Amino acid sequence: MGGESFDGALDRVTNFLVAGVGGQGALLASDIIADVALEASLDVKKSEIHGMAQRAGSVFSHVRWGKKVYAPVFDEGEADYLLVFEVLEALRWQPTLKKGGVAIVNRQKIFPVAVANGAQAYPDEGVLQAEFAAAGQRLVVLDAEKIAQEVGNIRVANSVLVGVLSKFLDLPADIWRDVLARRVPPRALNENLTAFERGRELVE
Amino acid sequence: MTTKQILSGNEAIALGAYLAGATVASAYPGTPSSEILPAFFRFGGPHAEWATNEKVAYEVACGASYEGARAFAAMKHVGLNVAADPFFSSSYTGVSGGLVVVSTDDTGIYSSQNEQDNRHFARAAKVPLLDPSDSQECMEFMRIAFEVSEQFDTPVLLRTSTRISHGKGVVEYDPGSRVPVSVKGFQVDINKYVLLPAMARRRHVVVEERARKLQEYGEDSPLNRIEWGDRRLGVIASGISYQHAREALPEASFLKLGLSWPLPRRLVETFVKGVEKVVFIEEADPFLESEVKMMGLDVGSDRFIGKEAFTLLGEYSAGMIREALAKYPELGVTYEKPAAYRTSERLPDRPPVLCPGCSHRGVFYTLNRLKAVVYGDIGCYTLGVLPPLSAEHTCLCMGASITTNIGGEKAAGFAAQADTRPRVSVIGDSTFLHGGIVGLVHAAYNQTNTKILILDNRTTAMTGHQDHAATGKTLMGEPRKPVDFVKLAQACGVDDVKLLDPFDLRTFYREVKASLERPGPSVIVASYPCVFVDPRVKGRQPIFIEPEKCNNCGVCLRFGCPGVYRQDDKAVIEAAVCNGCAMCVQFCPTDAAGTQKAAKEAAGQSEGGL
Repeated sequence: MGGESFDGALDRVTNFLVAGVGGQGALLASDIIADVALEASLDVKKSEIHGMAQRAGSVFSHVRWGKKVYAPVFDEGEADYLLVFEVLEALRWQPTLKKGGVAIVNRQKIFPVAVANGAQAYPDEGVLQAEFAAAGQRLVVLDAEKIAQEVGNIRVANSVLVGVLSKFLDLPADIWRDVLARRVPPRALNENLTAFERGRELVE
Repeated sequence: MTTKQILSGNEAIALGAYLAGATVASAYPGTPSSEILPAFFRFGGPHAEWATNEKVAYEVACGASYEGARAFAAMKHVGLNVAADPFFSSSYTGVSGGLVVVSTDDTGIYSSQNEQDNRHFARAAKVPLLDPSDSQECMEFMRIAFEVSEQFDTPVLLRTSTRISHGKGVVEYDPGSRVPVSVKGFQVDINKYVLLPAMARRRHVVVEERARKLQEYGEDSPLNRIEWGDRRLGVIASGISYQHAREALPEASFLKLGLSWPLPRRLVETFVKGVEKVVFIEEADPFLESEVKMMGLDVGSDRFIGKEAFTLLGEYSAGMIREALAKYPELGVTYEKPAAYRTSERLPDRPPVLCPGCSHRGVFYTLNRLKAVVYGDIGCYTLGVLPPLSAEHTCLCMGASITTNIGGEKAAGFAAQADTRPRVSVIGDSTFLHGGIVGLVHAAYNQTNTKILILDNRTTAMTGHQDHAATGKTLMGEPRKPVDFVKLAQACGVDDVKLLDPFDLRTFYREVKASLERPGPSVIVASYPCVFVDPRVKGRQPIFIEPEKCNNCGVCLRFGCPGVYRQDDKAVIEAAVCNGCAMCVQFCPTDAAGTQKAAKEAAGQSEGGL
């Protein structure tokens, strides 16, 4: 069992920030987290911004669960978990994560236009490790696409990331599996469940 | 038997309308309101349609109400500006079947041109304002809205903000509790429905009397409540601000308003006199604050803390509320800002961009080369303002690209020094139908020198690909005859009309340039489907640039596509992002570009994941 224990999941509100680049599936992952809360009889609220960027813009979603949740969003330094689908976005959203919080980051890099045309530089690989260490936060970096390919379906990368996250939370894994089963196309269920387990195995 | 579901505010509004037996629903898509109508149809609503604009939507709903059906219209905040004409006067006619207009504010300006507070509309039109604070209330308030509408013979404004509409929460409801659809039929009543001045004068009396009754209704309505807590601090709040305030000040007393206009005087007075300090916590304008202060309650004005402690701009949060109130020692509120660790590295921005494969890119590339002054409009193509395309210079409101160009071009003719830059209007297909046609008629009849580019991507793209009158399909999936933009422009009296493919860059440039050089109005329909509605996109291979042939000239980078970047002095295409539109390589001088199957395979094309 990794990270701090959350036996008190019912007593306090847990904050998640899910972020990525439009088209990666970050919003769907946040829907799954919310569904898990409902399945576990927790109150849950979720808030996201969509509209402008159909593809390739920065997207993010707040999810909060607990016994009773009022505000759908939280302030900087208040996220317990950061689930991010792209390296640059992980650094962008790091200020939302509290000290001692857990960041789960997919090792994908998607260059914004400013990087593509050379106006700005994409941060070096080492920056990610250094910054989360400096902040006293736990960082789990993984190549979800690679694992998904090993599983046999590149599109199940999200389930790998969700699997990693699930390992940090004191809820029965079957709840997560049930929610996945409802959310993914039936013909890809086995691949998604395998991806989910592979994600869980990454956390000691 | 109740059931629990996680729903967005928009879905919950649709569910509430469905459960209330709403029959006719009409809307023009606009963030953050767009999901309401499709959800209403999915829940089983009998009729849901995309209207040509918000005025049309409102009038469709109004007519259905006149016939005795429960009906509603949905629109974003600025949409109600367009529908203001029927909205204000329907306050005078009143209703037969319940009539609700849902208007979604965009506090924080995530996807709009302004941050207007639509609560003012309710007060100005003297229409009751319902202000739900989460998804559960969206569902419940929508049901109550229809009841209030019928009981008080009035349209009802149900107002949300982005965090309510696009926020999700648990909604508990009884699927068996649906009110059966009932349509009474039209009852002739000219004194009510014909607003001739003599009738309107008498109706105005009714409107004012109704406002007094609504105020009385609010005194013990389930929409309003007092939550007594610590009497030293009382908060008056509604909508999303209530949730932020409740999070921030769990011990305080609350006057939680769901009927935010007209306000219940006695309930407010009880609350104000029952606490030592009253804090108004409301995003946007001091609406509740001004209403309460205008009541002239006999308490000292030092009892109130309002906008002077907060801001008119953007969204609130629990943290910012505590931070603001910590400055008043008498309240006993403390605030310690949570530590937020931020890298000192300068991180590259990731602004919204035109999608890979977007046909608009070719239009703006061309207008940039022609050094045109571009009067723009509302849609994805507003992103043509961003570098390197940098070819959109105004964006005011729906349809204004044509009419502001008419005035601008006219004024430029009187300039002391001749300004020879060409002027061009750029407007999307859905926006043109919404608000552009009247401008086209004006340009054609007056023979103004207005050059109109209709960017026809066959969908209402930015709001999530809704159908419109030129897509050939309705919201409910029925086939229809699409509007023909070329014939329409000709019928309006424009002779210079062209249908062009914006991907054929050489022809497109030549034709647009020629059109700019001819006098009089012209219409160019730049026609190519959005990548999201174009079935051909799936079968296309990503473009591959052969590094040994690339001479690093940078021509392919001028299109601002997120799929092309420069690495080690070579242009590289990201296969995972590229969908093979090939626009960027049309001018490749060394012929370095081609497609490659391997690139596609690397990107992964199998389906069925999350």
